[in-house]
Amino acid sequence: MRGTVAILGASALAIAGFAGFGIADEEAELVVEGETLVSRVAAPEWHPLDQLMSGWVFRSDETQALQLDDFENPGFAAITLAEEVWETAAGTSGKSCADCHGDAGEAMKGLRAQMPKWSETAGEPWTLEDWINWSRTEHQGAEAWKWESDEMLAMTAFIGLQSRGMPVNVQIDGPMEEWWERGKELYYTRVGQLDLACYHCHEGNYGNMIRADHLSQGQVNGFPVYRLKWGKLGSIHRRFKGCMENIRAVPYKRGSDEFTALELYVASRGMGLSVETPSVRN
Amino acid sequence: MKPRLMPAALAASLLAWVPAQGETVAPSDVEIVDLAVEASLTGAAGDAEKGRAWFLDRKLGNCLACHMNSDMADQPFHGEVGTPLDGVGDRWSAAELRAILVNSKEVFGPDTIMPAFYRDSGFHRVAEEFEGKTILTAEQVEDVIAYLLTLKE
Ligand code: HEC
Ligand code: HEC
Ligand code: HEC
Repeated sequence: MRGTVAILGASALAIAGFAGFGIADEEAELVVEGETLVSRVAAPEWHPLDQLMSGWVFRSDETQALQLDDFENPGFAAITLAEEVWETAAGTSGKSCADCHGDAGEAMKGLRAQMPKWSETAGEPWTLEDWINWSRTEHQGAEAWKWESDEMLAMTAFIGLQSRGMPVNVQIDGPMEEWWERGKELYYTRVGQLDLACYHCHEGNYGNMIRADHLSQGQVNGFPVYRLKWGKLGSIHRRFKGCMENIRAVPYKRGSDEFTALELYVASRGMGLSVETPSVRN
Repeated sequence: MKPRLMPAALAASLLAWVPAQGETVAPSDVEIVDLAVEASLTGAAGDAEKGRAWFLDRKLGNCLACHMNSDMADQPFHGEVGTPLDGVGDRWSAAELRAILVNSKEVFGPDTIMPAFYRDSGFHRVAEEFEGKTILTAEQVEDVIAYLLTLKE
């Protein structure tokens, strides 16, 4: 269904960049398919920032617009693929995801907002990719998907979509606390030849241009994101890896404990922002 | 190395500590004293024109990523992370600029986002390609300093 597209607020350019190219209107509201998503929210007490902002806020008018209408959003091709996979029997169980879980809109609602989530089975936090692969192998009797495979990206986007509009709300206490602390440490640790940490760019300089990029707070509420530069969806860990490579550091591996801890910490820095999956970035 | 002409004032101020020609100071041997490094890292003055190129090069200085610079107004996308560098040649001496480039943390404090351009150790998880290397060579640092000194208001 094609919904209403609306950009509320002044649409004039809020700031003109040095080179005079279009920086997005920072007052614009994110209204997707008629639903207003929370793209700015007051930070929780412990947070170093006062206001949390979605990466969408920092994108150009053109990139922003792509996310307002599901027909324009290039991430939706993957949703169509995932809808098919959801209904297709696979593995030794001979069952589809739908056979066991029913309607994804009910079964998977709210899951993305809580990721990464504690797994009693494993005694560690699991990302959405981990939950999916666990169910693929344990329940469906099928092969695990590769982290950055089309199937995994499509399924994480599809499951994420079922939480669109819900506030990010990850657990950071109890058994998660230790992982959260570890993620926090990684966030503030300088790495690479450029000797930078995540916070230098995403806490101390969001809103500033770094060459052609308008720095955001590095939030993960829109993942997997459709990145125009990639020409496809990409996972949270792919983005982390890219940021580490840009500062000439050896990135951690996708799915590693380090990236899971970092994902948990970064997700918690976006508490209260709406899940935007699948979002569009440049 | 081809001989270069030094501006008289600079030559005079360097005379005292210039190491023998061609003797490059290793990154670990550079001493930052009173927020300055007096002697040229190469024993020679840099080439401003080359310095301008290193400043711009995304794989070398990439200074424009963080700094606005009106001298490069023809280039799109100047960063807003650092201070605009217009008139920077009036604000700092060659020795001070050398300290800023060698290791900005010694000048701006441990939290600065500006990378150290002439340091090769003390980092973590450096990509193999860059392990044990400085971002700029000693000669490039001197070239960039010479360029920065041309940025006068
Ligand atoms: C044979 C039945 C079966 C099949 C087929 C199956 N699952 Fe599951 N899945 C389960 C069971 C059982 C659980 C565990 C539920 C629980 O413990 O709450 C589960 C859990 C999950 C979870 C974690 C849910 C949560 O709330 O923590 C995800 C995500 C998931 N499955 C995704 C999938 C996907 C995607 C597919 C298809 C590729 C799939 N599952 C196929 C039975 C199945
Ligand atoms: C040198 C600056 C720099 C550093 C350091 C850096 N990033 Fe980024 N990051 C960027 C830029 C530029 C972008 C693209 C524009 C934006 O969203 O900020 C980006 C984007 C992101 C995004 C995507 C945001 C979105 O809305 O889609 C995430 C997540 C992210 N970074 C996380 C991290 C993490 C985690 C670290 C530390 C491991 C890190 N970054 C380190 C520059 C940096
Ligand atoms: C990642 C961002 C970044 C990069 C890249 C960077 N700088 Fe900086 N630079 C800064 C910041 C930020 C400051 C201000 C001091 C501070 O806040 O730490 C600064 C300060 C300076 C100053 C002092 C400015 C003044 O006007 O007082 C000079 C000179 C300077 N930088 C030169 C350079 C040169 C030359 C390069 C390239 C070789 C460069 N910077 C690359 C971030 C950067």
